[in-house]
Amino acid sequence: MKISEIVKLLDAQVLCGEDQLEGEVKSACGCDMMSDVLAFVKEQAVLLTGLCNPQVVRTAQMMDMRCIVFVRGKRPPAEVVELARKAEIVLLATEERLYVACGILYTNGLSGGSVLHG
Amino acid sequence: MADFVRLEYKIDGENFTSAGEASVMVKRNLRQMGFDPEVIRKVSVAMYEGEINMVIHAKGGVATVDVYDDRIVIVLADEGPGIPDIELAMQAGYSTAPDNIRSLGFGAGMGLPNMKKYTDEMKIESVVGVGTTITMVVYV
Repeated sequence: MKISEIVKLLDAQVLCGEDQLEGEVKSACGCDMMSDVLAFVKEQAVLLTGLCNPQVVRTAQMMDMRCIVFVRGKRPPAEVVELARKAEIVLLATEERLYVACGILYTNGLSGGSVLHG
Repeated sequence: MADFVRLEYKIDGENFTSAGEASVMVKRNLRQMGFDPEVIRKVSVAMYEGEINMVIHAKGGVATVDVYDDRIVIVLADEGPGIPDIELAMQAGYSTAPDNIRSLGFGAGMGLPNMKKYTDEMKIESVVGVGTTITMVVYV
């Protein structure tokens, strides 16, 4: 799924990385615990989270993630946006809650790499 | 002994916001050296978890990364409180992190298990009241 499609599906605001919206993501992870994110290895993934601190960007950076979606209308502070810009990670913000945002992407074909269903 | 490149970082224990900066630098260095992305990810995730642990529990410490042709050795040394029961600390989900750290997205009890998962060898040496040294090896 292209990041631009995520923007459309979640009616998301692009906070940074406007020039990388044609990038492709292949899986997704919805989580507020960063160590749980770090336990999950998938390339070209998108992270959906309700946390807005710099560690969210660093975690995504460690996992080579392309895009972070902040849910529930949260907006990260400017320093977090700057960190993401430097790391070339797209930041999006949506009004949807985590469960619903994940559900929309899943229904539209973005798999989470299911443990039970592949 | 083969030649190696040593990367050394002082981990600032006072500032949770900057935690992980050393891991980001290691990642950048390994990428410039041309290592496989999978190897780089393993090293940087394991080191990042360790770095976070040092900031949460030990008021910082020193991270040394020795890069050989065939392996990368990460040593994280702190003078923190030590780990009284290493077996318990290694259990997924076990955590002693305070609530303020949990609200930042850490303290899920996955740090040490993740470090073990992403490395080929891991050794924990810890003395209560003296400190902890964790040595991790990732083969290239």
